[in-house]
Amino acid sequence: MKSYYSSLIFLIFIGCFGQAQESVLAESMQRGSEIYSDFCVTCHLEEGEGIIGTFPPLAKSDYLAQNREASIRGVKYGLQGEITVNGVTYNNIMTPLGLEDDEIADVMNYIMNSWGNFSDKTVTIEEVEAIEK
Amino acid sequence: MRNSVLTIALAAITLSYSCAQDIENKVDTPTNPPYTAQLLIDEMQSPWGLVFLSANELLITDKSGELIHFENGKKTVVKNTPEVYTRGQGGLLDIELHPDYENTGWIYISYASEEGEEKGGHTALMRCKLNNNTLTNKELLYKATPNTTKGQHFGSRIEFDNDGYLYLSIGERGARDENPQDITRDGGKIYRFYDDGGIPEDNPFVGKEGAKTAIYSYGHRNPQGLAKHPETGEIWDNEHGPKGGDEINVIKAGANYGWPLVTYGVNYSGTPITDKTEMEGMTQPIHYWVPSIAPSGMAFVTTDNYKGWKGSILVGSLKFQYMERLQMEGTKVVKREKLMTDLGRVRDIKEGPDGLIYVAVEGKGIYKLVPKA
Repeated sequence: MKSYYSSLIFLIFIGCFGQAQESVLAESMQRGSEIYSDFCVTCHLEEGEGIIGTFPPLAKSDYLAQNREASIRGVKYGLQGEITVNGVTYNNIMTPLGLEDDEIADVMNYIMNSWGNFSDKTVTIEEVEAIEK
Repeated sequence: MRNSVLTIALAAITLSYSCAQDIENKVDTPTNPPYTAQLLIDEMQSPWGLVFLSANELLITDKSGELIHFENGKKTVVKNTPEVYTRGQGGLLDIELHPDYENTGWIYISYASEEGEEKGGHTALMRCKLNNNTLTNKELLYKATPNTTKGQHFGSRIEFDNDGYLYLSIGERGARDENPQDITRDGGKIYRFYDDGGIPEDNPFVGKEGAKTAIYSYGHRNPQGLAKHPETGEIWDNEHGPKGGDEINVIKAGANYGWPLVTYGVNYSGTPITDKTEMEGMTQPIHYWVPSIAPSGMAFVTTDNYKGWKGSILVGSLKFQYMERLQMEGTKVVKREKLMTDLGRVRDIKEGPDGLIYVAVEGKGIYKLVPKA
């Protein structure tokens, strides 16, 4: 009986922890959506669809799914040169956006969990801080 | 009787629509344009504004904060440039010379600046001189307030008119419901100054309580093209709309261009901003783009170097990455052409002292359009 209660408490604890994690992500995504509509939407558009051949899509982007670190680095320091996204080659420039590390984490969480994208690992400020040019 | 009223009403509606601009205005792509594009200055990240010091000598701003002096085929980074706020669309922006540069030596620069108490930045205008590749005699002429961390809509272009007045455009800084319609606030305006930054006594809002008296016109969103009409001497702008509704306007003293109360555009999400495209007391654009091309830079062609181009307006498209030529009859656009396609975001366009066209393309550099024989 005692062990039953302790397992129950344990399960409740895990449940709360999971929910807390979820709300951390939800709040980060909420802030990220504001950053997105300020800094990103003019090129990558409302649904992350981009303009084929010119501005790469973020929605269901294989580049984003497979190059987490390079994607964060691109947002942090800018990105120039050739990349291939969903089979299309892009050779363009994204100038450095001037975002703070916490803003980068938020906007990455928004992008990586919107429009059919899913990431099982939340981007943290520490992760952004650690990424060098 | 009822039928005839209906007929008249229908006729009136048809007539009013036929006078209006086509909603989806069409653009042609010529197969044999009258120039060859030659990359004159290469390896530039984000050239934003350019100006000719003499026939073969240019100053080019790069949004990152670098000012490039190009002379005899060589690029030099100019020292002692203003400290810029590089965030979102902000950075080192436009550059222009005093109309009497030879005697005064004044160079005017617009940029996003953190100067002031609040966190963030806003558009600033300075003048300075160039000595030994260093900026000297720096004077801050205007700094818009309050700062904000928003990344959008700094403007900003500089142009002089024939009487020596200096015009500066400042975008609404992402605060469309606060700034553009309020003449006591900066942003969403075109400003007019004397060449030393002083405010002309006959500026339209001088004497209005609380007004920013440097304001010349308001109700703008984000003007990134400003040019003097070669014949009328008027100042024309082009400005970014939201989704749809980019505009060309002829700038008049005290005029209200309507943003965001009237627009031909909608929110990026597709939801409406307003159902109004015109309203009494608000000045209509002479041209609008639906869909948006994201216009930046503006130059009038004044020569016959390129067959059929004289009198046209050239505008860069950031969104679709080309240079647009708008053939004009007075203030009416009669033809649109898509040029310089697939090179990159076209940021600025100037007619050089040699009468040739120079085009700044992001990620590339400065192209010279060499006329075809």
